[in-house]
Amino acid sequence: MVEYLTNTIGLSGTLAWTIAASVAAALVLNVIAGGALVFIWAERKVAARIQDRLGPTRTGGRFGWLQSLADGIKLLAKEDLMPDGADGMLFRIAPYVSFCASFCAFIALPFAFDVVGLRLNVAVFFVVAVLGLEVFGVIIAGYASASKWSLFGAMREAAQVVSYEVPLGMCVVVPVMLAGSMDMVTIAEKQAGWLWNWYLFHDPFTFIVFWVYVTCAVASVNRAPFDLAEAESELVAGFHTEYSGLRWSYFFMAEYGSMFLVSAMAAVLFLGGWNGPIPVASLLGLSTGTGDTAPYLVRLLGLANLVGKASFGVLIMMWIRWTLPRLRIDQVMTTCLKYCTPIAAAMFAGAMVWQVLLPGGLLPGVGRPGGEIREGWLEGPGGRAAAAPAAEATVVRTRL
Amino acid sequence: MLSSTIFAAAEIPATLPLAAINWHSALFLLFAAVACVAAVAVVAADSIVRMALYLVVSLSASAGLFFLAGAEFVGAMQLMIYVGGTLVLLVFGVMLTAQAPFVSIKSGGGDRLLAGFVGAALLVALLMANLSVPAWRQPASMEPPPPSATPLGMALVGVRVDEPPAGGVGNRGGYLLPFEIVSIHLLVVLVGAAYLARAKRRKVPRAIEVAASVEPPASVAEHAAIGRGGRARSVLTGDSR
Repeated sequence: MVEYLTNTIGLSGTLAWTIAASVAAALVLNVIAGGALVFIWAERKVAARIQDRLGPTRTGGRFGWLQSLADGIKLLAKEDLMPDGADGMLFRIAPYVSFCASFCAFIALPFAFDVVGLRLNVAVFFVVAVLGLEVFGVIIAGYASASKWSLFGAMREAAQVVSYEVPLGMCVVVPVMLAGSMDMVTIAEKQAGWLWNWYLFHDPFTFIVFWVYVTCAVASVNRAPFDLAEAESELVAGFHTEYSGLRWSYFFMAEYGSMFLVSAMAAVLFLGGWNGPIPVASLLGLSTGTGDTAPYLVRLLGLANLVGKASFGVLIMMWIRWTLPRLRIDQVMTTCLKYCTPIAAAMFAGAMVWQVLLPGGLLPGVGRPGGEIREGWLEGPGGRAAAAPAAEATVVRTRL
Repeated sequence: MLSSTIFAAAEIPATLPLAAINWHSALFLLFAAVACVAAVAVVAADSIVRMALYLVVSLSASAGLFFLAGAEFVGAMQLMIYVGGTLVLLVFGVMLTAQAPFVSIKSGGGDRLLAGFVGAALLVALLMANLSVPAWRQPASMEPPPPSATPLGMALVGVRVDEPPAGGVGNRGGYLLPFEIVSIHLLVVLVGAAYLARAKRRKVPRAIEVAASVEPPASVAEHAAIGRGGRARSVLTGDSR
């Protein structure tokens, strides 16, 4: 894009970079905001159907498409209240802290091959690190509200998120180990091809680890059955009891943004990323086709794939939320420390052993694109690290 | 497309002519200013929770500086360890200051004066040390190092991929031993922390042990003897007497 702006239109370098960066930022922002609108509507419809109701039916036609927009306008018009005893500065800043953390994590999330805000060499690590920061906003909100309900909710959330980061990190390490890279683009590219190339079906251990990841991801974004932070029947509304209007909606946007983020990450790490179950693009010969439009078509297809998978993940979370009852705090901790962590650790070890003993998979005929390349670390973005001599690669190979 | 280099402003001067604003310098100044102001605010604030928030802002801005310099791994580490660690600090702050006596912590004028003096002395020392290195006075070369954590990671498991092997086969020269020592150290610390934090189990003898240690009264022994029609047995321990 920068090349296009400078070469074709003839803008100066700085201006081109500014425009390109702004476009990228605006796109990511719209993914979160527009996604929140769609998902809130979907949540209401899903909840209604599960509870044998109709949900929104009037605003914007038969299915209530415009309900979220109407809600948004209502929220904009609401009075922005603040309790008397609140710590004003912290109370005002808390929703933005939450939202910024959610937004920052999207920077490193690839939506299709090469459609990524910033291709980081350590993208997985970055996303996990930033995702853990969202809880800051919640704790600050709970503290600054000067309300017992809020404080209880925030403390529960802190305990929960800090605990669940451990098994979540372990689950994330397994695909990283299989791909030999923390670059999300590389990880997804290694799963190209048919359905069975996905890391979900790599070996039995990754299959189990995926479900542990799902559990931890639901817990880390505070969705039911792990929504103790806002347990509405006990704590009124938890950490956002005292919030109203636009600030409250920032919390909601952060929540839905994080839901989409962890789902997209599950898609990239375990479900092949932008590679569909059937490699349509390569069957049609698009990926090898030359010309101007073919790569864009492939990327568009990949984009649809990834967004579809991530949205499906969000729908699953909604399904879980309206099906399962809320856990108690001790049950939440037990699930994390006694089940998720040991299972994740054991599966990590199992996947490691599997990778050493059966690097090609059970069926030798089924080609795995990344299976042959044990020294996957050699192919960094742009092949920069490829300067290492091939002899060393074999040394590493034998040592590994 | 939205390729990898959109935000990597460090590469601008290499490929494009410098225009009115140099985004690299502008962002550097922005992050540096945020980090410094927030760092001052940490010591100037009264409430522990606010201090923690300012600390988070300051550390995040330093992480931004790392990202700007192309050290992505260090930046992510900064976020994960320091900013994430401050989270726990914040939790403790909230738990402590939810009660009245600790809500506001004010330091006296003398303390502030002393702190300012020490801080200024440290700043002067650091500035002098920095300016005394001639290589740091020129602007650094704008060619960013390849942003890859691979050489570091491979060196930690004992293989250097960034340097040619020192002598023949083997290519030892990584940091496997220090890495393992640190790992074991951390494991020991973890086990120790778990030991210290576990619920203290007081040695309370169970009821049956208490009963067994007490001599049964003579009447009980007699009853037992009568009932069995033979030797007296302690009901609980089974000792024959």
